[in-house]
Amino acid sequence: MATLDMRLACKPADYKSDVKPIWCPGCGDYHVLMSFTRAFAELGLPPEQIVVVSGIGCSSRIPAYTSCYGFHGVHGRSLALAAGLKVTRPDLTVVVASGDGDGYSIGGNHFLHACRRNIDMTYVVMDNRIYGMTKGQPSPTTESEFDTALAPGGTGLRPFHPLVVALASGANFVARCFSGEPNETASILVEAIRHPGFSFVEILSPCVTFRPDEKEWKSLVHPAPVGPTNDPAKAARRIMTDDGFNIGILYRGDRKPFQPAFGTPTADVAALEKDFEL
Amino acid sequence: MRDCQDISVALVGSGGAGALTAGNFLQEAACAAGWHGLLTRTVGAQIRGGEAAALLRLATHPVECLPDRYDLLIGIDWLNAQRFGAEIEVGPQSLVIGDPRGGEPPPVVAAAGARTVLIPFKEMAKAIPDGRQNMIALGVAAKLLGLDAELVSALIEKRLAGKGAAAIRASRAGIEAGYRAANGIDFDLRLAQPAATSGRRWLISGNEAAALGAIRGGIRFAAAYPITPATEVLEWLAPSLDKVGGTLLQAEDELAAINMIIGASFGGTPSFTATSGPGLSLMIEALGLATAAEIPIVVMDVMRAGPSTGIPTKSEQADLNIAVYGCHGDAPHIVVAPQSVVDCLFTTQWATYLAEALQTPAIVLSDQFMGQARSAIERPADIAFIGQRMRATDVVYPYKRYALAANGISPMAIPGTRGGQYTADGLTHNERGTPTSGAADHQAQLDKRLRKLEQFNYGSHWATIEGDGELAVVTFGSLTGTAREAVARAREDGIEATLIAPRLLAPVQPQAFARAIEGKKRLIVVEQTHGAQFYRYLRAHYDLPAATHVLNRPGPLPIRPGEIHQAISEWRH
Repeated sequence: MATLDMRLACKPADYKSDVKPIWCPGCGDYHVLMSFTRAFAELGLPPEQIVVVSGIGCSSRIPAYTSCYGFHGVHGRSLALAAGLKVTRPDLTVVVASGDGDGYSIGGNHFLHACRRNIDMTYVVMDNRIYGMTKGQPSPTTESEFDTALAPGGTGLRPFHPLVVALASGANFVARCFSGEPNETASILVEAIRHPGFSFVEILSPCVTFRPDEKEWKSLVHPAPVGPTNDPAKAARRIMTDDGFNIGILYRGDRKPFQPAFGTPTADVAALEKDFEL
Repeated sequence: MRDCQDISVALVGSGGAGALTAGNFLQEAACAAGWHGLLTRTVGAQIRGGEAAALLRLATHPVECLPDRYDLLIGIDWLNAQRFGAEIEVGPQSLVIGDPRGGEPPPVVAAAGARTVLIPFKEMAKAIPDGRQNMIALGVAAKLLGLDAELVSALIEKRLAGKGAAAIRASRAGIEAGYRAANGIDFDLRLAQPAATSGRRWLISGNEAAALGAIRGGIRFAAAYPITPATEVLEWLAPSLDKVGGTLLQAEDELAAINMIIGASFGGTPSFTATSGPGLSLMIEALGLATAAEIPIVVMDVMRAGPSTGIPTKSEQADLNIAVYGCHGDAPHIVVAPQSVVDCLFTTQWATYLAEALQTPAIVLSDQFMGQARSAIERPADIAFIGQRMRATDVVYPYKRYALAANGISPMAIPGTRGGQYTADGLTHNERGTPTSGAADHQAQLDKRLRKLEQFNYGSHWATIEGDGELAVVTFGSLTGTAREAVARAREDGIEATLIAPRLLAPVQPQAFARAIEGKKRLIVVEQTHGAQFYRYLRAHYDLPAATHVLNRPGPLPIRPGEIHQAISEWRH
């Protein structure tokens, strides 16, 4: 069978490009890239049918490291760009990659509306709770007391809680992963990509250069004690009260994805002119 | 009774009084009777309780600009009319009609020495069940213009069909009362019979024409955020795109809107957005992205008075600088400016064609005057400019998306094309698309992107050039029609002048412009900006004669044909 042959032909390595990543040695994002290629291979998708869209930041470099189509756009706008792409090309698999600065700070408004819009795509945020590319400034998820040159003594601000925001805004699938577990992450990505609508996957991905303390995450993460729920209230309570290191699928909703009819004309262009005839 | 070639009517009222509705009906009725007409509107910022005026110029020939002054000014009421009194010029020959209970006309109107007639619109409306004063004003205007009452009545029946018999009855009664009230009013102008026209005629606004031009050019996706005065482009596009198999997304902001269309275009669909100055300001970063990543998009800016929030409802041309120079870095792209309501169609279609052919953003600089003006036009013929992007179809991975083609245009693979996978990037990249910070790649790609715009043959559409005098009036955008009328009036005086109006503002056309002004001794640059932006742009890119004058003024006071005519006449050797 053709589909089976296709699947056998797809190895994770087929989804990697020959571009050498700019990431620091030991960066969690290497493992995320590994999870991406494993997930794509597991799904058996031809690379030309996948588009990886990103903004700006360390994590947003990921598209060029895959052999898929990619768009490395401006800071914070990847979700909007992906929305335009997916609505007009529903045949493609669209994965958006972002970081905590790109996704939650400069791109925060688009995050809300992407969840609300519920277009069938997967949004992966590699959260390292720091701006790495600009060398160590606090991001929306940085702990309030974390000391940086730009915010000496800490920001004094309560960290942003992306999973609850996603849930409240209408995301149809919410999961948390840890980059250090690429197989588990890959299987969650497979489910996220398969799940209709807007799937949000937060990946804790340590920045070994500016947040060496995050190497501790390896010992802190643990599987979510219960399976995913389709009850947003229940999911919200769990997410609000867990320790932030609960790994797994936390919410799986059944909202209908937004997809306008596209490519099915009911009139020709000349027919539009009737609006203006005297 | 004098036959004349054009008559101008202003209908004024406080917001909600229905001045604009009456203006719409009056234009439609006159155009159905065969005349040409341009209807513009000037409104305050308030949705209700502000001020509104319908400014209608009817003629036996096509009209593209406002008159010097209004022959007939009807105030349904004068509340708030002082706010725009200066925009509606009347003279001693004008007739002003007002309601004795509608307040006092603005001082500028009173000072003009025009003849005044009083009609109690409000009282008359009260005498009719559900009667409305704007319908009485419509009847008065229609009668004074010599429009057939039956024609107006039939139009009302057609337009109000959805509102029920009672609404139609009330409106017709109002119009009839207006006709009776106008009996005996001495108004000695009468429009000459229009020349017979062949073919289909349209009543269309510049914003609608632009939207139709976009669709004719192949646009099938739009994303936008509502903004005055561009919203009508979007509101016509939304259902129309659906019909032709496209779609429009309302974005959360202009940042999202432009990125959505970049994403759709990357996927192979010609894509469009429309906005005004504040929105264009927000879009500029992504405009640079589309330039660097070579993604065709069309961005229409319906200019309003700026800076900042400015005057949302009123026209200006002062976004020229941001449109041409707004991007950071060296970011060559297309900027075109339509020249009339009907030209909004052509120019937007052409912009779509250019964006697709050159794989770069195209900005269409319209303005509030032209965008919200409605004109009776002959149906514009279909033109051959349909967006055709050079696609890479037969490719082997790894493919060079940004290959250094001789003409700068490299075939573009769209997702789904096997072997064509690449990452579009705003970072400086090599031919493959891979980010690099090397000097050679940076230079080569900057050269490539400039080359594709410079080598392209834009044909005669780059500018409108008419007449052959030593003096040239140089303008752009919606002032083209105003300048054309001024040049025509000068010709009647025996002064030959040339009209030069570039439609293509970027890339600049030094050779073509040099040819256009060859032998010209004097230039008058005309523009609706405070900072003489167009003059400075011309100075920067072209060799102008020493004898160059500038006639510039910010919005919202329109530049009148008479002012340009005077500038031509007064500038002797």
